[in-house]
Amino acid sequence: MRGQNNSIYYLILVRQAPIVTDDSAVFGDAAAEGRLVAQRCGACGKLRHPPRPMCPQCHALEVEAVELSGRGTLYSYAVLHHPQHPAFEYPVLAALVDLDEGVRLVSNLVEVEPADVAIGMRVEATFVPTTGDRAVPVFRPAP
Amino acid sequence: MTAAIVGVGATEFSRHAGRTELQLACEATCGALADAGLKAADVDGIVSYTVDPVEETELVRSVGFQEVAFSSRVPYGGGGSMGTLLHAAAAIDNGASTVVVAYRAIRARSGSSRFGAPKTAPSPTSGHSGTTAMQWCMPYGVLTPASWMALNATRYMHAYGVTSADFGRAVVQLRAYAEANPGAWGYRRPMTLEDHQSSRWIAEPCIRLLDCCQETDGSVALLITSRERAADLPNRPVVIGAAAMAGLFEQEIASDHYRPDLSVMEGSVALGRRLFDRSGYRRDEIDAAMIYDAFSPILLMQLEALGFCGLGEAKDFVADDNLALDGALPTNTNGGLIGEGYIHGLNLVLEAVRQLRGTAVNQVPDARQVLVTASRTGAILTLD
Repeated sequence: MRGQNNSIYYLILVRQAPIVTDDSAVFGDAAAEGRLVAQRCGACGKLRHPPRPMCPQCHALEVEAVELSGRGTLYSYAVLHHPQHPAFEYPVLAALVDLDEGVRLVSNLVEVEPADVAIGMRVEATFVPTTGDRAVPVFRPAP
Repeated sequence: MTAAIVGVGATEFSRHAGRTELQLACEATCGALADAGLKAADVDGIVSYTVDPVEETELVRSVGFQEVAFSSRVPYGGGGSMGTLLHAAAAIDNGASTVVVAYRAIRARSGSSRFGAPKTAPSPTSGHSGTTAMQWCMPYGVLTPASWMALNATRYMHAYGVTSADFGRAVVQLRAYAEANPGAWGYRRPMTLEDHQSSRWIAEPCIRLLDCCQETDGSVALLITSRERAADLPNRPVVIGAAAMAGLFEQEIASDHYRPDLSVMEGSVALGRRLFDRSGYRRDEIDAAMIYDAFSPILLMQLEALGFCGLGEAKDFVADDNLALDGALPTNTNGGLIGEGYIHGLNLVLEAVRQLRGTAVNQVPDARQVLVTASRTGAILTLD
């Protein structure tokens, strides 16, 4: 496991770094550099997320990381009030975003009021820092 | 199938058990042995959940099982709870085991892993549940089962025009059942729709405080053996008429966000197909249903997915009082996980057994077929 928690950062509202495994490092390592990627099968070209070592369509092990546009549509959301964790400001806007390339991410909405959130709205990725000098993609309304 | 439940045991359900999960499991198991008229040495099979903290070896050396011929654990968290019946029945069917104990022991209120507390690291007692939610939900503050499932529930509300009050009407029914059940958290705690609608948001717009199950300490144990052997035991056997699992591609435990259409619990659709369409049992012959209600939205979604009403129709099915004792499908007559307590689903099997033995507080007259389901595992229990 990499990207372990360093709880002192909670005091300044920096979220905890994601747990990154050897099977998922491609996503987390790119996000740390401000890039949003998904795995694409090196044989059949199918995109997939979350990352995994094998293509479930053709069983190929060859894989490449492709950069995504970061643009997508809000598939669903929830305004989280409880429980509250010191690393976040509440309410937290949790989101499911369907990216235009066809993969779905769990993430957050930022730069929008809860009352203005609507399923189907267009969103675009931006990045927020985490502990451990990493970052994760979140989404704001697209212009 | 050839197996039957012949004994059930449980501890009290509380908010502070004051003893370990292992001790709770021991007490529930001995309760089930006494109920079944069996001895510890009769047990040669053990089934639990992958996330249960009680190790088989410790249960064996505490209760005094002499030779374990079969053991297994079911994945999918509480969604796998009824899979314990499938595993036990399969082991009995094929002769791997002669008497199986299925157990769950939990300190979900006083222990270190409260389901309502923010979870930011894999639980030491849930090692088998993997790291998926920790990787893909935790960095976004999506830290609890309620927040994981809320993402699906919001989409469900959007798809079918369902409101919080629609969920509230189901909760009112569950709490009415619980109000009469001395073993329930909700015993003598009346609740109205207004109470529900004024309870605070946990995850808006779908889950209020009163939509949530009760974090509970306790244990449930079931003893399963062959119908042939059951005939020599004191209780009327509760036959496992059908049992099934349906875990679909891309599904996770509760952070289940990657199937294309999240407004339908597709695992439960597949489960219904396996339980009914493949078995010959009929939905309209089910006398009562025990449906996993960790949060009220998934109760409505499962009613639809299992085929008791059409997609989007559960809000009307509930509003028409079909979950009541005189309705089309008396449901969670113990109060459910919301009204009675949350032993991760297995207490719903206790209530099914009580209904079939005719000893439930909220008894369905002459109940002969009871459905128990938890999202992607389930069974039909019968007296036949």
